Amino acid sequence: MSVFTTPAGIATNAADALRRRPGADVAGATFKWLLIGATVFATGFLAVLLAVMVIDGWDVLSDNLGYFLTHGFSQRSAGEAGVWQGIIGSLQVALVTALFAVPIGVATAIYLVEYAQGNRFARIVELNIRNLAGVPSIVYGLLGLAVFVQTIHGFTNGKTVIAGGMTLAALVLPIVVITSVEALKAVPDSLREAAYGVGATKWEVLSRQVLPAAMSTILTGTVLALARALGEAAPLILVGAATGFMTFGDANLAETFTGPYTALPVLIFSFARQPGADWGANAAAASVVILVLVLAVNGLAIYLRNRFEKQW
Amino acid sequence: MTPEEAVMTQESDASVPEVSEPGASRSGEAVGALASPRPRIDVSGAATPEGRADTQTVFHCDDIHVYYGDFLALRNVSLDIAAHEVTAFIGPSGCGKTTFLRCFNRMNELIEGARVEGSINYHGVELYQDEVDPVEVRRRVGMVFQKPNPFPKSIYDNIAYGPRLAGAKRSELDDIVERSLTRAALWDEVRDRLKTSAYGLSGGQQQRLCIARAIAVQPDVVLMDEPCSALDPIATGRIEELIAELKTEYTIIIVTHNMQQAARISDMTAFFSVQANEMGQRTGELVEYAPTSLIFTNPDDPRTEAYITGRVG
Repeated sequence: MSVFTTPAGIATNAADALRRRPGADVAGATFKWLLIGATVFATGFLAVLLAVMVIDGWDVLSDNLGYFLTHGFSQRSAGEAGVWQGIIGSLQVALVTALFAVPIGVATAIYLVEYAQGNRFARIVELNIRNLAGVPSIVYGLLGLAVFVQTIHGFTNGKTVIAGGMTLAALVLPIVVITSVEALKAVPDSLREAAYGVGATKWEVLSRQVLPAAMSTILTGTVLALARALGEAAPLILVGAATGFMTFGDANLAETFTGPYTALPVLIFSFARQPGADWGANAAAASVVILVLVLAVNGLAIYLRNRFEKQW
Repeated sequence: MTPEEAVMTQESDASVPEVSEPGASRSGEAVGALASPRPRIDVSGAATPEGRADTQTVFHCDDIHVYYGDFLALRNVSLDIAAHEVTAFIGPSGCGKTTFLRCFNRMNELIEGARVEGSINYHGVELYQDEVDPVEVRRRVGMVFQKPNPFPKSIYDNIAYGPRLAGAKRSELDDIVERSLTRAALWDEVRDRLKTSAYGLSGGQQQRLCIARAIAVQPDVVLMDEPCSALDPIATGRIEELIAELKTEYTIIIVTHNMQQAARISDMTAFFSVQANEMGQRTGELVEYAPTSLIFTNPDDPRTEAYITGRVG
């Protein structure tokens, strides 16, 4: 029977015409299984990576975790080396990164969306920022070395936490700008019009309606950007994160911002290039530590976001 | 107020009750004015803005052109909006009636590249001059939009938002909220859940909330841009009743696609049409402006007749 039966044909032969035909949608079923396969591969890949990290680092994580978390780098033996300075350094660098990247990035996005309103200048700037997001991180390291370490040495005091944080801020700034731009564009115009309609000024519309509406998305994007910054090693090595033994001396926490520093990813690099399986275990254990740190930061972001949505 | 009453009020109030057509040379304007049995107040004869403020005219529009960039969206509109009346704008899609509505509270300038030429005189003040603060204009000329757009806040905060911006004291807010919601015929339905989210209301309730929000700042005029287009007939009926009540206090200008609605609720009706030029650009224009009863029974322009009898559009 032809696929296109006439209405009369269906009426007289409904049971046959309407019967489900096996294999009618082979392409759709195949596509579904391909998608499932891709999902399994992606999550499986991650799971294996995690498992390998935990297994390789198990000796350190199970027997020596307290010491590992509270002691600094040591060249003498793997057992004496810890990641304390890396944790402190990473958090400090992340803090500086956030202090520079978030206000500048969000402000840029607000200008582009709310003030430049998609004019030619805004479109050119936005396009360039999107391109900047694709620039390799090592290039930002070179920029940091030239500008933050050397040109404005007086402010950063050379190869310090501040220079490292500013370098990573430059690295994640495009991501912060882009996610903030998307968040602001997603705020419906009807909300802006409603506020203007009852006599709100531009500032009142922005501060009381548009920013609160966009804030949860902006926060999420910003924290994801910071998580990326937490994991960067290459640019930090260029702007002076210590790859070997270092000491804070008798500097207090505030003073360490303008002194030598290291960061977790840099420590992992340091551990990994030492010969011997026990150093490899250190690298794996440090990787688990950095993962936990990133997850904690993301968790904090989710918590903040939920609080923000309730309060508004 | 019936059109007849309006005529009487105007005759008694107007210092110059002379029938004249300020824009007689302009086709759209002339058609409307000639068709109207209602005396038009001769504002061109009133030398001072003060003289004009005594009349019942809220807006006097003269030769309005609206551009979006290079695109001419609306041309050559001249009409007067009378106080405490419902004025309806009808016409096919793209005829510029919403564009024109948004001229009255300077909402158009929020759109990049939008430009209004011509004169809109509001109680003797030229709206489109640098000295006029658009924020102040929007406090006096409120707006209700096509889709209900409450703020994602509580019912109470939706109403209180505008008064707070205008500097209302905390102690006054409860009264303002109750009065506005009562006026918008919503108080009895929401009095027990003022602190809950406005998004929990039905579409019709949300639109009445938006009307309450608009009148909470004590405006002079309320602009309504197809306020019932997203609502079912029952909710539409309630909004229409509300509009009839509100015009005792406010001047209302409403854009509607529903001609029965315009016939039911408005005192004056402006019919807009759209014409394409040789470039294919579609520009709206005012065809006829007259008392609603006349527009729907004895329109002057064949285009109006074709539209209201359903032969076009």
